[in-house]
Amino acid sequence: MNNERYKKLVKKIIPKEDRLKNGIIAFLTGGFIGIIGQIIITILTLFFNLKFKDASAIMIVILIFFASLFTASGFFDTLVCKAKAGLIVPITGFAHAMTSSMLEYKKEGLITGIGANAFKLTGSVILYGVVAAYFFGAIRYVFFGG
Amino acid sequence: MTIKFDNVYLNEVSTSAGLDEKEGLLGKLYDKTYDNYYNSCKTFEQAEIKIIKDNIKILLSKSKKKIEDISVILGADLLNQITASSYASASLNRPFLGVYSACASLCEELMIASSLLQNNNINSCLCMVSSHNATAERQFRNPTEYGCPKPKRATFTVTGSASAILSKEKGKIKITSATIGTTTDMGITDVYDMGTVMAPSAARTINDHLKDTNQTISDYDLILTGDLGIYGKETLKKFMKEVYNTKLDYNYEDSACIIYDIKKQKKVNAGGSGPACLALVTYTDVLNKMKKGQLKKVLLVATGALMSPTMNNQKLSIPSISHAVSLEVEL
Repeated sequence: MNNERYKKLVKKIIPKEDRLKNGIIAFLTGGFIGIIGQIIITILTLFFNLKFKDASAIMIVILIFFASLFTASGFFDTLVCKAKAGLIVPITGFAHAMTSSMLEYKKEGLITGIGANAFKLTGSVILYGVVAAYFFGAIRYVFFGG
Repeated sequence: MTIKFDNVYLNEVSTSAGLDEKEGLLGKLYDKTYDNYYNSCKTFEQAEIKIIKDNIKILLSKSKKKIEDISVILGADLLNQITASSYASASLNRPFLGVYSACASLCEELMIASSLLQNNNINSCLCMVSSHNATAERQFRNPTEYGCPKPKRATFTVTGSASAILSKEKGKIKITSATIGTTTDMGITDVYDMGTVMAPSAARTINDHLKDTNQTISDYDLILTGDLGIYGKETLKKFMKEVYNTKLDYNYEDSACIIYDIKKQKKVNAGGSGPACLALVTYTDVLNKMKKGQLKKVLLVATGALMSPTMNNQKLSIPSISHAVSLEVEL
């Protein structure tokens, strides 16, 4: 049996993932995180007299803090398994990926463990995020005058 | 390539398992179970080493032997540098052979030990295998706490250790022959789908074994594959039928499908995996049935995906290997 024939045989056996169901769950949970973010911004602008721009930065910090705290408490991975992309795509997923990498390598020391492996999962997000920021920043500067 | 053995017996076995296996279908049959992944150690790797050491203690006390009576120890696990077995062997102070062929290690160990026992100066061998869900997860996939959602075709690495003493001393279970598998690669690159990767090599090994020993499927009371999972099991059946025109039927089972309660334990997805999977099932359920006389002749087919995350990132497909060992009840 050649490889192509084998792939066809297997395709009939392996079950498909419930994309629609997963999508709906992710939409609802992701939307819920969005609502929480919006509530935090509203509270900060109304009661703490902050500008919208500052309030949204603080909101991100708050979400990152709680996602990391929940990861360290050991139950965020169970939530991620249930909520799927709804928790992975928002900033909570980024915080979770980083904290879980750091927890994993904690026992290998501050430098060789945490330091070397903190960005194991998130390194590419940061690297390409920075590269893209430079690239689009340059376009904006040249064509739209900054 | 099939080797035949004279006078090699599987004298005593011991099994230790983790918390998920305890909740599984064979949960009550293990000698020792643990309630968390750490087993009161600082790290998961150290926990795995401890499981092996505890397991060997249980084995020695069950068989009423001292460690000095063992001629050679063979060890296998899934980690880089076969860490768990190597570090566990350091405290045993006996000659040690490390074995690696991923989840096919159990049968590889049994056949090496049986071959060694054909020498006059080797009297008994101790074969240990282990795997740990959290260490394997970290080794092959993502950090443990990351716990990203898994597809339905993924398998769940078994936490546990199983050891056996093989010797020329007459016992109830005899190791009669073993077939060395051939590495196969069907171009599969999906790291979550180990069943599909391993099924062709299992089929080839079963076919080679039957051809070399001049037997048919019905000569065995049970053919037990290692860790194909529920979908890999179906793939193997179809593959066997189509390529070798052999029907796997009432006497075929896969240990990944029976170690967990798949309907209740949703997180295991398609079933168990790891070298300890086949070992835990064989050393509990299968040996019990053989001792009671319900099974007389069993073919163990340990299936291993020789997966390397590095090569996978380099876009190469995953090779696999399966080794078979035939067990018979001594009359």
